[in-house]
Amino acid sequence: MENRLRLLRAERKWSQQDLADRLEVSRQSVNAIETGKYDPSLPLAFRLAELFGLSIEEIFVSPSRRSSGAI
Amino acid sequence: MIHTSALKRYNWRVIWLSLAYAAFLLAAIYTFKHHLLSGPAAIAVAALPALPIIGIFFAMGRYLLEEQDEYVRMLMVRQVLWASGFALSFATMWGFLESFDVVGRIDSYYIAVIWFGGLGIGSLINKLTVGDGGC
Repeated sequence: MENRLRLLRAERKWSQQDLADRLEVSRQSVNAIETGKYDPSLPLAFRLAELFGLSIEEIFVSPSRRSSGAI
Repeated sequence: MIHTSALKRYNWRVIWLSLAYAAFLLAAIYTFKHHLLSGPAAIAVAALPALPIIGIFFAMGRYLLEEQDEYVRMLMVRQVLWASGFALSFATMWGFLESFDVVGRIDSYYIAVIWFGGLGIGSLINKLTVGDGGC
């Protein structure tokens, strides 16, 4: 799933490992989510959103909205 | 290489179970070679080497329950599915070939060996498809 994680991370000057430590997951998990190879569960998506102080929709691009051209 | 605390515990369990397997196997071979036991005791000793292997299957299940990193868990689940599909397909195919006397008989415990090999195939497929091999 397309997302803004890399950008949000870069704004805070966090490495993938920094973000992984804050989320208590592996660096590989962060990389897989960031590159869109893995879609996080809802609990993990909420943890990400709370960490960045944003809503889930502000981090992840809804596939249905994207395909309908709404974004 | 991915390292989680659950994975470290799994690796240690597999190491200890592998050592137990080697010890039980050597004990069983020695016992039967020297005809030391018979009857139920002989059956028990013959079954001993199977127990640590079964223990590894339990360790795998326990690992999947303990793993907190959902992405790493997903990789391992995919590996296990590939291993199970591979081992069951092999057993089915070999069974029919054996029934029609096209191939020789193999001991059924080799299916476990095929399953462990299937974990390697699953890891390779994970690497090729999502970029991480897993465990």
